[in-house]
Amino acid sequence: MIARYPAVALLFLFVASAVPSELRFAMRSEPRTLNPALVDDEASELIRFLTGGVLIRVSRSTQKLESELATNWALSPDGKRLRLLLRSGVRFSDGSPFDASDVDHTFRLLTDPAHPNATADAFRSGDKAPVVQKLNDHEVVIVFATPLASAARLLDQVAIVSSRSQKPETAVLGPYQVSEYRRGSHMLLRRNPNYWKKDSTGRSLPYIDQLRITFQANRELEALAFRRGEIDLISSLDARVYEDLSRDLPDRVHDLGTSMDSEFLWFNQVPSSSLPDYRKQWFQSTAFRQAISSAIDRRDVSRLVYKGHAIPAVGPYPPANKLWFNPFLPVHNEKADEVRKMFAADGFRESGGVLRDAKGNPVVFTLMTNAGNKAREQIAALIQRDLKRFGIQVNIATLEFRALLERMTKTWQYDACLLGLVNVDLDPNGMMNVWLSSGANHQWNPSQVKPATAWENEIDSLMKLQASSALESKRVAAFRKVQSIVREQEPFIYLVHPNALGAWAPALKNVKPVALRPSLLWNIEYLYLSR
Amino acid sequence: MSFIRSLALALLGFIVVLALFPGILVSDGYDEQFRDHADEPPGVRFPLGTDELGRNRLARLLYGTRTSLLLAPAASLIGVVLGLSAGVAAVFGGRWTDRAFEFVTDLMGSLPWLFVLIALRAALPLDVSPLIATTATFILLAALGWAAPARVFRNLAASAKTQNWWLQAEGCGVPPVRLWCRYLAASIWPVAATQVWINIPVFVLSEANLGLLGLGVSEPVPSLGNLMRELENVHAFSTRPWMLAPVVVLASSTLALYVLARTREAR
Repeated sequence: MIARYPAVALLFLFVASAVPSELRFAMRSEPRTLNPALVDDEASELIRFLTGGVLIRVSRSTQKLESELATNWALSPDGKRLRLLLRSGVRFSDGSPFDASDVDHTFRLLTDPAHPNATADAFRSGDKAPVVQKLNDHEVVIVFATPLASAARLLDQVAIVSSRSQKPETAVLGPYQVSEYRRGSHMLLRRNPNYWKKDSTGRSLPYIDQLRITFQANRELEALAFRRGEIDLISSLDARVYEDLSRDLPDRVHDLGTSMDSEFLWFNQVPSSSLPDYRKQWFQSTAFRQAISSAIDRRDVSRLVYKGHAIPAVGPYPPANKLWFNPFLPVHNEKADEVRKMFAADGFRESGGVLRDAKGNPVVFTLMTNAGNKAREQIAALIQRDLKRFGIQVNIATLEFRALLERMTKTWQYDACLLGLVNVDLDPNGMMNVWLSSGANHQWNPSQVKPATAWENEIDSLMKLQASSALESKRVAAFRKVQSIVREQEPFIYLVHPNALGAWAPALKNVKPVALRPSLLWNIEYLYLSR
Repeated sequence: MSFIRSLALALLGFIVVLALFPGILVSDGYDEQFRDHADEPPGVRFPLGTDELGRNRLARLLYGTRTSLLLAPAASLIGVVLGLSAGVAAVFGGRWTDRAFEFVTDLMGSLPWLFVLIALRAALPLDVSPLIATTATFILLAALGWAAPARVFRNLAASAKTQNWWLQAEGCGVPPVRLWCRYLAASIWPVAATQVWINIPVFVLSEANLGLLGLGVSEPVPSLGNLMRELENVHAFSTRPWMLAPVVVLASSTLALYVLARTREAR
């Protein structure tokens, strides 16, 4: 893998090596944690990617597994034991050695019940956490209570923590280490002097000496900084900013194709919520959800909000997720007459420009979304107008994110919610807590003791089946069926998959952009600057 | 002076008439989306162009002006009246009233409003119509904006009470009500008018910021505040200068109000 990168770049590097090179870019928010085991936000995820060493990496380019700290691995036929051969001679950034005890220590931290986290949930089978057995210093077996076909793939999310270091939070195995962190201002990552990777000529990686990451929530100001040359790249551009930049700096902006992200809305189906009974009845009706979904013009969302840099969505994954996408999902029928028929079939009648249910209640609901996200506010305005054609009044409430989470996860005082999902995991196992009816992120009706509907029960069975099957074809078939059920029942009404839009300065070389996150930084070790 | 005053009056009148009767200039609604004409530059059909969703910018500007220029002055007036009442009551209500006043205004000044507002939004119901949400926003602004002018009025009233003319009037037996209404009001009125004037643009902009907390004027209702949020995109308005129209309307109406307040004072 290392040999594929051009050695030509190195000639320049030797000449320019006197001055430490610094790559500058911005993050929209500060990382919530630097503890790799507790990562649950995009910013922390990126810091973990840049600093953490993992056993196996999912290539953002080929979507296949690549060897990192594990040189070889094999899953037992029953899918319960993952045997890993560890790389020898590797040291953490503080000089402490890496061996099997660090893998054991990492899994103990990850699965500590005192610190619940999504990564650990993906490894768990029921309440049983995986156990690491050390065969020798460089060989371990991770044992799962039930078969886990995607175990190797999930290791992409597990950064190894040192068991011996005095300061384990600063000892890393990734290409960079955090050397300075000023809250509200910036973070400085310096190259890990003990990083194990070398390029084809034997030179230590990474090429760039340090990364200066500023925190800038405002996307317009981030774009302005890029125009002024104050930052070198933007990994995720708004469509509007992309269009503006492409007019002035066409050689610096790039549409990287459909991302794994999706924008979607859902109705609150929690039986114990304080909504009036008639609304609960609407939201729990499959026909109502299908009619609402068909009434939304997804092509307009793509064309107007994303300037054409998005594709209408039919399910959780876009076609770019080559293995897991179900190509047989039907596209939405957005013909007005058909939508009217769908409402009528469910007992709704339109009179005087107002849609009413069978009991005469006018169809009015509030769509909440997070404040400050212009694209989502625009999508909400388009939905509002689309549904008005059918006599439905949609009120839009934009809420500060914490207030939104409070309603979404604790009080359930809302009708419908519009949000997006940033998908970093290609494998459906990463979404177990979304699809299982018992999952906390099963947003339309979370943490169910028993599945509330037959179709949720079927999804539960299929998700457990795909998680435990060692055969890939069986797993794919099971998850395709899940996608079909979701498409039919529409608990999440998927709207669009936005494209990944990026920009980088001409001085930044070796960029191999991909749609998967981190789209411009996935090969950070091999990037270099020619200024 | 009278020419400038007339000019200011005419300008303000023009803006108010157009805001109250937008049908004079446009037939489109503020929420109508002409999706095949999104982001168009100014032309005959759309004199100020269209926004990214294809909505007529002129229609949105006129309706937005109506929202802001009716509600912001009303909120400002309510805030100043509340502040005036509290400030004067503090001076004439006795020592304990004054202390209570100081405590409350200090509290208002020191509360972390961002978190209070977030908590408030979390407690409010979501299911309200845009009209109620808009009115509630400006009432909230009035409720939050009374403390600063109240301190000014309290100091003015306290100072008036120690002036020779006040003592003389009291000595001559002028009844307290007449003292307050005629003499005190005369000295406070110019300040009150200025406070009302100052608060209008502040409230218009505050409304835009409240939008980030989910408390502002919600879609699809336009306001000068939420129209100006588009200007966050510095590059966009440098290439589309017509996006500055809400700023022009706010600046010219504020200027007209200022001229009217100053010329009235001078007379």
